[in-house]
Amino acid sequence: MRRFIFLLPVALFAALLVALAMGLNHDPSLLPSALIDRPAPDFNLAGLIDPARGLARKDVGGGVTLVNFFASWCAPCREEQPGLMVLARQPGITLDGIAYKDKPADSRHFLDNFGNPYRRIGIDQLGTAAIDFGVYGVPETYIVDGSGHIRYRHVGPLGERDVNRKILPLIAKIADAGKQRGADE
Amino acid sequence: MLVEIGHFALVLALLVAAVQGTVPLIGAAASNRALMDVARSAARLQLSLVAFAYAIFVHAHIVSDFSLLNVFENSSLSKPMLYKVTGAWGSHEGSMLLWVFMLALFGGLVAFFGRGLPASLRARTLAIQGLLGFGTLLFIIVTSNPFARLSPVPADGRDLNPLLQDPGLAFHPPFLYFGYVGFSITYSFAIAALIEGRVDAFWARWVRPWALTAGCGLTIGVAMGSWWAYYVLGWGGWWAWDPVENASFMPWLLGTALLHSAAVVEKRETMQRWTLLLAIMTFGMSLIGTFLVRSGVLTSVHSFAVDPTRGVFILLLIGIVIGGGLILYARRIPDLSSGNPFAPVSREGALVINNLLLAVGMATVFLGTFYPLFAEVWSGVKLSVGPQYFDATFVPIVVPGLIAMTIGPVLAWRRGNIRAALLRLMPALIGAILAPLIVSYFNRRVSLAALCGVGLAVWATLGVLADLADRAGAAKLPPATVLRRLRHLPRGTCGHAIAHFGVGVLIAGITVSTAWRSERIETVHAGESLQIAGRILHFVGVTERVVENYQVRRAEITVDRPGNAPFTVYPERRWYPIAGSWTSNTSITTNGFGDLYLALGEGDGKGGWVLRAYYNPLVPWVWFGAVLAALGGMVSLSNRRSRVRAPTANAMPGIVRRRADPG
Repeated sequence: MRRFIFLLPVALFAALLVALAMGLNHDPSLLPSALIDRPAPDFNLAGLIDPARGLARKDVGGGVTLVNFFASWCAPCREEQPGLMVLARQPGITLDGIAYKDKPADSRHFLDNFGNPYRRIGIDQLGTAAIDFGVYGVPETYIVDGSGHIRYRHVGPLGERDVNRKILPLIAKIADAGKQRGADE
Repeated sequence: MLVEIGHFALVLALLVAAVQGTVPLIGAAASNRALMDVARSAARLQLSLVAFAYAIFVHAHIVSDFSLLNVFENSSLSKPMLYKVTGAWGSHEGSMLLWVFMLALFGGLVAFFGRGLPASLRARTLAIQGLLGFGTLLFIIVTSNPFARLSPVPADGRDLNPLLQDPGLAFHPPFLYFGYVGFSITYSFAIAALIEGRVDAFWARWVRPWALTAGCGLTIGVAMGSWWAYYVLGWGGWWAWDPVENASFMPWLLGTALLHSAAVVEKRETMQRWTLLLAIMTFGMSLIGTFLVRSGVLTSVHSFAVDPTRGVFILLLIGIVIGGGLILYARRIPDLSSGNPFAPVSREGALVINNLLLAVGMATVFLGTFYPLFAEVWSGVKLSVGPQYFDATFVPIVVPGLIAMTIGPVLAWRRGNIRAALLRLMPALIGAILAPLIVSYFNRRVSLAALCGVGLAVWATLGVLADLADRAGAAKLPPATVLRRLRHLPRGTCGHAIAHFGVGVLIAGITVSTAWRSERIETVHAGESLQIAGRILHFVGVTERVVENYQVRRAEITVDRPGNAPFTVYPERRWYPIAGSWTSNTSITTNGFGDLYLALGEGDGKGGWVLRAYYNPLVPWVWFGAVLAALGGMVSLSNRRSRVRAPTANAMPGIVRRRADPG
C-alpha cells in the first residue's frame, strides 16, 4: 500500500497533462453566445439614413442575414468596413447594421468615410438592443437564419480568414439545410 | 553567412547534448571513468556552442539584419541600441534561446565547479542536464528557429512591442530565466540521486547552493517583473495574479521549499523524500510555466505569440521530463530509508510546516490559474478567476508560514522547546501584539487583514533581530563582546537572518501599500488642480514632441506639499506608429517610504486629460524586501562550506544504498 501512495503524484500529473492537451484545442478568447440556436431578441430600431427604414426583428428573417454592430468611435470597425463592403456584394448575402451607442450624425459620417455595405441600418443609441443580443463590445456580427434564430456570433472585426473559414461555410450550410427542409415539406 | 554558422552551432549543440545525455549514463552504470568524464567536456562544449549561437543572434539584432525573420518581426532601424541588444530576448524564439542558454550555463557551471563531486553523481547529473538540453534544442530547432530567414529582405522591421521598450527588459528576463531554468540543475541532481539510489548529506550539500543560486535569481527576476509592471502599466498595482505572473511565482514557492528542505537533509539527513519530490516538481512548474505562456492555453496580459504546435511539443517534453521523473521517484523512494526521526516541535518540524504551507500555497495558486482551463475542458463553461480568489486563499496559508518562519530558526534541531523559543522571541511577540493595537488606535476603520499584516511584519523583523541579539548574548555579555560575536556569526546565520528580515519588510510593504493607498482619477484641464494624500497637484498642460521611434504627449504637473519645496513631474503618453500602440510612462516620485504615482491617460480632444494619481505608502518596501531576501541568499552562498570538496574519511555515512557504488 505504501508504494501506491508514491504513485499519487504521477497519477495527478497524468490527469493534468490530459487537461492541458485538451486545452490546446480550445481558444480561450472565444466567448460563445448564450443565444446560439435560439430566436433573435425582439427589437425595433429607427433608421439611420432614412428614419422610416429602420431595422426590426421582422426584417431579419426570411433568409440568412448578418447583423453587424458598429460605431464611429470604434477603431477595429474601420478596419472591418472594407471587408464588409466586399462581403455585402457577394450573392446570397444580406448584411444589416446596427449603430451602437453612437450619435446618428457621427455614424452617418463614419459610413460616408468608410463605406456603407448595409441593406438596412438601425440606431441603437442606448444600447438596449445590444444588451438583448448579448453584445459587450463593437464590432460584433451575428448570423441569423431564415427562421430568425441566431446561429453564430463573431466577436471582433471580421477578417478575410474569418469570412472564408467560418462565415461563408456556415451560411452555405444553413442555406442547404433550408433547401433540404423545403424539399422535404 | 554568420547567421548560418549560428544555426549550425545550435545543431552541433543538439548533437553534443545527445552525447552528453547518453554516454555518461552508460559510463556510470558500468563504472567506466573515461565515459563518465565525457560529461564534463560535453557540458563545457555545449555551453560554448550555445553561447556562440546566442552571440550571433544578438549580433544580427545589433546590425539590424532584416534577412532574419526574428529581427524583422521585433526590431526596426530607429529602435534604440539598448533595445536592439536586449530585444533579442523579447520574442518567443529569442527567449527560448535564452532559456536553453541558461540550461547550458548551469550544466557548464557544474562541470567547472564540480571537481569535488563524486564522479558518478556528476556524470549522471550532467547527463540528465544534457538530455534536458537535447529536448529543448530540438524544440527550438524544429518549431522556433531563431535563425529563420526572410526573403526578399525588407527595408525596415516591425519594431518591438512598445511596452517592452523599457530598461526593465534589460534585466527582468535574464534574472528570471537564470532562476527559472536554474532549477533544472536541482532536477538533474535529484534524478541522478534516484538513479544512484543514494540521497545523503553530501548530495544535499551539493544541491542546496544550486537551489539557493537559482532561488536568488528567481526572487530578483519576479521582483523586477513586478516592479516593471508597476511603473509601465499605469494602474498603480504591482501584482495581479495574472497567469504569467503565477507561472513564475509557482516555481518560486516550490524552490523556496526546496532550498529549506535541502538544508534539513544536509544538517540532519532527514526529509529526503520531500526534497527529491520538491526538486522534481520545482522544475516541473518551470516547464509548465513555459508551456503556459507559449501555447495559448490561457489568455494573459503577457503571453507570447500563440502556436498550438509549440504547445504540443512542450507538453510532450513536460510529460517525459516530469512524468519520467515522478515514475522514477515512485519506484525508488520506498527503498530509501526515511531518515533520522525528529519531534514535531523542532526545527525540522518547523521546516516541515514550511514545506507543507508552501506546497499548499502553490497548489492553490495552481488551481486558481488553471481552473478556467479545467472548467472549460470538463463542462464547456467559460469563466475566469480573479485576484479575489487568490487573496482569499493564498494569504491565509502564508500567515502560519510566517509565524513558523520566525520561530523555526530559534528552535533546536531534533527536539525543540517551544517555551524557551518564545522567551527568546519575547520582544518580537510584544511588538507583534502592540503594533496592531497602536495602529487601530490611530485608525479606527482599518481592516483586520491589515492589522494582521502589520503584526506579522513586526513579528518577522523583530524576531530576526531578537534571535541575532540572543545569539550574540546581548542580554548577558558586555557590548564589546556582543559586537564581536555578531561580527563572527557564521555566514549561514547572517544569510538567513537578512533573508527573513527581508520577508518581514516585504510583508510590511504589501500590507501598508494595500490598506492605506489613496487614489484619484479625474479629467483635468490646464490650470486645474487635484488633491491627493496631502499634496496638491497643479496640472500645467501637455506638450507634444517626436523622439526616435515614438511620439510623446508630455504633461507638466507641479506637486505642492505643505512644508516641502514644490517640484515638477512629467508623466507621458507615447504613441509608437510602427507598432501602432500606446504606452503610458508614469512619473513616480519616491522617498523610500511611499510613492506618488502619476499616470497620464487619454485626452478628450478638447483640452481635458485623464489623470490617474495614486499615493502608495511603503510600496518600495515590497521590492526592497525582495532584494533583501535575495541578498540574504547570496550571503549564505558566500559561506565557504558551500564550496564542497570530495567527502573526507570521517564524514557522515550515506544511508541505505541500492547497490554498491564506488562513486
